[in-house]
Amino acid sequence: MGLYVEPAQCWIDPSRPAELALITHGHADHARGGHARTIATPATLAIMVLRYQTEAGATPVNYGETLALAGGVSVTFAPAGHVLGSAQILLEYQGERVVVSGDYKRRADPTCAPFAVTACDVFITEATFGLPVFRHPPIEQEIARLLAARAAHPQRCVLVGAYALGKAQRLIAELRRAGYAEPIYLHGALEKMCQLYIEHGIALGPLRPATGASRAELAGQIILAPPGALNDRWARRLPEPITAMASGWMQIRQRARQRNIELPLVISDHADWAELTQTIAEVSPAETWITHGREEGLLRWCELHQRRAQALALLGYEDEDD
Amino acid sequence: MERFAALVDALTYTRSRNAKLELIAAYLRETPDPDRGWALAALTGGLSFPAVKGGTVRGLMMDRVDPVLFALSRDYVGDTAETASLLWPDPVTPPGPVPGVTEAVTSLAAMTRTSAQPELAGLMDRLDANGRYALLKLATGAMRLGISARLAKLAFAQAFAVSVDEVEEYWHGQAPPYAALFAWAAGGGPAPRSDHLPLFRPFMLAQALEDTVVDLDLFAAEWKWDGIRVEIVHVGGETRLYSRSGDDISGSFPEITGALPFDAVLDGELLVRGSHQGGEEGGAASFNALQQRLGRKLVSAKMLAEYPAFVRLYDVLIIAGEDLRALPWHERRERLEQTMALLDAERFDISPVIPAQSIAELTEIRARARDAAIEGVMLKRRDSAYVAGRRTGLWYKWKRDPLLADCVLMYAQRGSGKRSSFYSDFTFGAWDGDPDQGATLLPVGKAYFGFTDEELKWLDSYVRNHTVNRFGPVRETDHSLVLEVAFDAINASKRHKSGLAMRFPRIHRIRTDKPAEEADRIASLLALIVD
Repeated sequence: MGLYVEPAQCWIDPSRPAELALITHGHADHARGGHARTIATPATLAIMVLRYQTEAGATPVNYGETLALAGGVSVTFAPAGHVLGSAQILLEYQGERVVVSGDYKRRADPTCAPFAVTACDVFITEATFGLPVFRHPPIEQEIARLLAARAAHPQRCVLVGAYALGKAQRLIAELRRAGYAEPIYLHGALEKMCQLYIEHGIALGPLRPATGASRAELAGQIILAPPGALNDRWARRLPEPITAMASGWMQIRQRARQRNIELPLVISDHADWAELTQTIAEVSPAETWITHGREEGLLRWCELHQRRAQALALLGYEDEDD
Repeated sequence: MERFAALVDALTYTRSRNAKLELIAAYLRETPDPDRGWALAALTGGLSFPAVKGGTVRGLMMDRVDPVLFALSRDYVGDTAETASLLWPDPVTPPGPVPGVTEAVTSLAAMTRTSAQPELAGLMDRLDANGRYALLKLATGAMRLGISARLAKLAFAQAFAVSVDEVEEYWHGQAPPYAALFAWAAGGGPAPRSDHLPLFRPFMLAQALEDTVVDLDLFAAEWKWDGIRVEIVHVGGETRLYSRSGDDISGSFPEITGALPFDAVLDGELLVRGSHQGGEEGGAASFNALQQRLGRKLVSAKMLAEYPAFVRLYDVLIIAGEDLRALPWHERRERLEQTMALLDAERFDISPVIPAQSIAELTEIRARARDAAIEGVMLKRRDSAYVAGRRTGLWYKWKRDPLLADCVLMYAQRGSGKRSSFYSDFTFGAWDGDPDQGATLLPVGKAYFGFTDEELKWLDSYVRNHTVNRFGPVRETDHSLVLEVAFDAINASKRHKSGLAMRFPRIHRIRTDKPAEEADRIASLLALIVD
């Protein structure tokens, strides 16, 4: 149901409508509609408006700006490097500092501000990839594999499953960074979010709707779709798609096979094991609280490194499509 | 090893059989000897390194990774080799070049229980994660890539444009890395000979008769017995029993292998004594009875007594070193009949020729076949040589008409490959009583063919519009659609709640005209069990 900040009587990323909600980022399992008042970064609020068509009670807060909440609590938002607008939330109360990381990663991402290490007493971290088997390769390597698959099959198309907020835009931006200038085709469910990124100053190059494009036009092209559309009726119109998926889960062979993925791309907007442990070491809090994901793995690492830690069992955060 | 690791990786994510064939064929063409031979053996499970066990890999990890983190990771990944390949640290400067397949195989083969861990570690240090995965899978002999021996042989034939029948014939005498086989296929060398060994010779197979009309002057008719097709080979004092796929099943049937004392290669049907097929006189038990004997490593005296096996002979391929395969069927048949006198009648009999003078007479005899619980009739061209594989116009199988039942569609699952967007695997059920009195449906079978492409599209959209529940990739429908299911037989089954198992079920017709309550009941299906 989210984290409750008692002295300020507000919730962080609540899964049910709340009186006052602080939102770390725009993914649907963190940002839900229906709160009376919402505090978030301008980009996160714009994403919520796009999704829930309402901006009543919204208070935008820029990175680094501090707001005073009820009960003597002050709150500051710092970049989390996860998706556009994503933030860590620093709460200060009676001289104690708590950082709620939300979801984060430490790698460079042309579509969002980089994670800022923020000193604190309690660091609340995610643990989506909290096992040492998760080692995300450099994104350049995965982009090169995608481009090689495209080049090897000029009669087919490469259909990449990518989460609509963040992953899709990062993938496009990285393709552009690698010099790929061709139009990139989009499933209808991705169009508005890409538009929102462009309005926020992220260059994505030429984008075209995949729906309505002929088979001949799509041969040899890269098409992005939400993961759910990969093996669905929508994909039947495409010219012999090479089914790819951009997700941290693609590192596990069975995960890729279960989803009928031919070209697994290990690209994640979450921290991998090395980033998680590096972050805990750098933030070096007195205490680490671990939320959604593989809590046991990270908890064990903290134990081995003599760091005080505990797992918070938060329900409702999904990790299926990363 | 990099090329092999890339192949393993590509095969992991490739569903299409043709694409798999092409991947393996390209690898075999482009890779030098003996790497390609070892790789081929590894893909088909033909390599075994007794010094390396699952425990070796676990032990290796325990020295380097916290046991709790390893256990958590192993649980999550679900595969020890994959977990180890991902957890293994990439060395800053590899202690040597990437090992080739041959080097890996040679050092794995030379490992002992005590040396296995450090030597395996040495190899792992020189590989990346994909390479480590391929190495560990190779070492533990569990590739699990779905590459059957048959698929590998097809890929081999495709790689070098040689006939798969010849590959089948020569393959069995060869051991990894198959130097003579590659020299023959890729290098134009002489065919590897193996007359002196008790090897498998590829079977001659029959086509379905469908609408073909045959002339009984040209064709002989035999019963199609419902057991498993076997080849029994005795050469140089050794006897082997091979299944259709060429697997050696000698160990499960000692009473058969012990009963052929002279050099011969014979083709027949493995059966268990009984009266289910063909009546009391010279009958055989049901396929179910034979199943009790299949796949057993140790055969108890009780098993031997309860389910005595025998071979009903169809053909003779080689006798006393003389290869008869080029002779016409009727001459081979004559030689087979002569040979019967030399064989133990308890373990061998001959599949009789049905004395029908005309197709009309045969049709009548065949129509009675269900009473005798026989699968159908075989038609063999009298002048046909024994040629491997399924050749047009030589042998036909004329199965009796299928049994039919009206069942209710219960669950549907998406297919794979071309069908991955379609709900194409259907589970159907029958009523366990009177539906008006609150009876429920019990699943009785599963089918994923029998329908046309058009019908598949229709079924797919039906499933989507009538879904009441989802369980992962499976949808449960509202139990409203009746499917006419065709099948060859029904056997009793303790493993299924319905108490029955259908043999070879397929969707015969979609019965939108029939309400679900009028579908068949379990009791009427159980009545079709013949034993």
